[in-house]
Amino acid sequence: MEKQKFTDRFSTVFADQNFFKKQKRIALKNCGLIDPENIDDYIFANGYTALATVLSEMTPEDVIKSVKDSGLRGRGGAGFPTGIKWESTAKQVNDEKFVVCNADEGDPGAFMDRSVIEGDPHAIVEGMAIGAYAIGAKKGVVYLRAEYPLAIKRLQKAIEDARKANFLGKNILGSSFSFDMEIRLGAGAFVCGEETALMNSIEGKRGMPRTRPPFPSVSGLFDKPTLLNNVETWANISSIIVNGAEWFSSIGVGKSKGTKVFALAGKITNTGLAEIPMGMTLREIIYDVGGGIPNGKKFKAVQTGGPSGGCLTESMLDTTIDYESLTKAGSIMGSGGMIVIDEDACMVNIAKFFLEFTQSESCGKCVPCREGIKRMLEILTRITDGEGQTGDIEKLEELGNMIKKASLCGLGQSAPNPVLSTIKNFREEYEDHVNNKRCKCVVCEKLITYTINDKCIGCSACRRSCPVGAIAGLPKEKHTIHEDLCIKCGKCFRSCKFHAIDKTSIAKEQK
Amino acid sequence: MTSHNQEEINTNLKIFIAEIIKQDRPDSHLITVLHKAQELNGYLSREIMDLVSQEMNIPTSTIWGVATFYHYFKLNPVGKYNISVCMGTACYVKGGSEVLTAVKEELGIEIGQTTEDLLFSLHEARCIGACGLAPVAMINDKIYGELTPKKIIDIINNLKKEDESKQIP
Repeated sequence: MEKQKFTDRFSTVFADQNFFKKQKRIALKNCGLIDPENIDDYIFANGYTALATVLSEMTPEDVIKSVKDSGLRGRGGAGFPTGIKWESTAKQVNDEKFVVCNADEGDPGAFMDRSVIEGDPHAIVEGMAIGAYAIGAKKGVVYLRAEYPLAIKRLQKAIEDARKANFLGKNILGSSFSFDMEIRLGAGAFVCGEETALMNSIEGKRGMPRTRPPFPSVSGLFDKPTLLNNVETWANISSIIVNGAEWFSSIGVGKSKGTKVFALAGKITNTGLAEIPMGMTLREIIYDVGGGIPNGKKFKAVQTGGPSGGCLTESMLDTTIDYESLTKAGSIMGSGGMIVIDEDACMVNIAKFFLEFTQSESCGKCVPCREGIKRMLEILTRITDGEGQTGDIEKLEELGNMIKKASLCGLGQSAPNPVLSTIKNFREEYEDHVNNKRCKCVVCEKLITYTINDKCIGCSACRRSCPVGAIAGLPKEKHTIHEDLCIKCGKCFRSCKFHAIDKTSIAKEQK
Repeated sequence: MTSHNQEEINTNLKIFIAEIIKQDRPDSHLITVLHKAQELNGYLSREIMDLVSQEMNIPTSTIWGVATFYHYFKLNPVGKYNISVCMGTACYVKGGSEVLTAVKEELGIEIGQTTEDLLFSLHEARCIGACGLAPVAMINDKIYGELTPKKIIDIINNLKKEDESKQIP
């Protein structure tokens, strides 16, 4: 009875808020409600019940069947059916197997894995112990980002406490099953979120991807069969065991069951994590849960899936959130980053930003990714610098499609997505940059013209800040900017206290 | 750094390595060891990598390959205050690059550099998972959120003052 009250507390306390009302929390069920550093809190919230049930009443086959029937799919991005992964790892005959948790949350703008580990670390321990029982592994590894010091500390404590309480270690809860786990730290390489690169990194090597097949389920960590799942996937396991596969598969839509945590960020009123049932529309999550765009600005695009995803426009806002629909619309579910972009942002510049990221994170192993992305970035830089040439947009498309097909791992295969999706949905902006040398949103520095308006009081702050002496004017008189000398550094704009400098972008005559 | 200090660092690192290589598959702990080396020494110097090489029986060239692959490992001395301005998507959309420009102009250094007085280093962070507070910067282990160019300059000046007041006996 008491336990029931506890789990209901979330909805009774927060139910009046739209932000919470539309959410359904499974992976985040304990986050913010229990003390993550106290194992008793977790146990009180029904924790480790699933592990006890599994060990006393279920065979490994039962567990796998349950996960399969639930319809749970990988929450790290690709959406591979979790149960099938478990089954194929369980089938392998080997004296040593591993379970691995991918907590190398590298997508900029996504932080659900961090929240789960910081808010409910025992859920990961329990999920992995159940997974290990199902496939017959004795050892688990959590590959965690070094950038998350609090998460490291809390998970370490959770593992130690679980060991003391015999939820980890030899003969867990009196059964014949033994399992222990450890944390291995990442060191800031985005590509290590890719499963094979991650395993190389755990082995102490450079985190470069391996060719697949063989898949990790056959030959993974230390060439042993390995079951690798994302944090959010592991966090769902105990709920599936406790509440049953049927309960889980009743949530969601089509082939996408359960919930997904999204990290709302960018130009949106309610930033933060929202766990929503699959099948909700983008419009609902942005306007109802997220509270819409602040400062009366207009919605322009929503970027889902991080640097591997795409930008979706207003006309696609009624797309439902599930793996298939998002892919069809030209983006991906990804790890759940959701960045809202308003009318102030230049889409060419956003695409360039993502490409800069993937270019510098490319590990350099395969040619299409290493060389191709660099060339794409060169073309994009040329376009944003006002030196775009006719045919550049087509070249970007050709290169992008080639890189997608020919790259070795997920990083290269998805790196062109932000560019390709913005070309598809905002082609006129690209054309404006190339043909008219204009950035309508006044973002691309080289395409901006600085002029001084009548608010100028002649304080000379801008004249003194200009590194090339392009500003002239006597004290207490209106100053002027010599356009031919201006290097568009923007220092004058930042130095002016009187809003007397205007940024504009005017279409240049075509040559 | 005095040589006495360096000796102490080396001893501590050797003890750490001796403990860790007792475990299964000792080579796989290289990244853990490099984390510890950086924590003790501040950065991974050639000498430190040679020491790791000898203690773990891994060629320095291999260690160099691993150390240069990961952003987290610093190959040059870092300042007392290590400023990482986040340039993740959320921070970028909310003006992270303006914050970065402000730091560059205030300190007169570029990304990856350290000020001459060894007080400040500047780095670009990928995403520190504090997107709700965007734009953010991390100075050593502390996160500063909802920054503006003015705010970050104020923070830098406060740190300067704090440091000065500590040095006056």
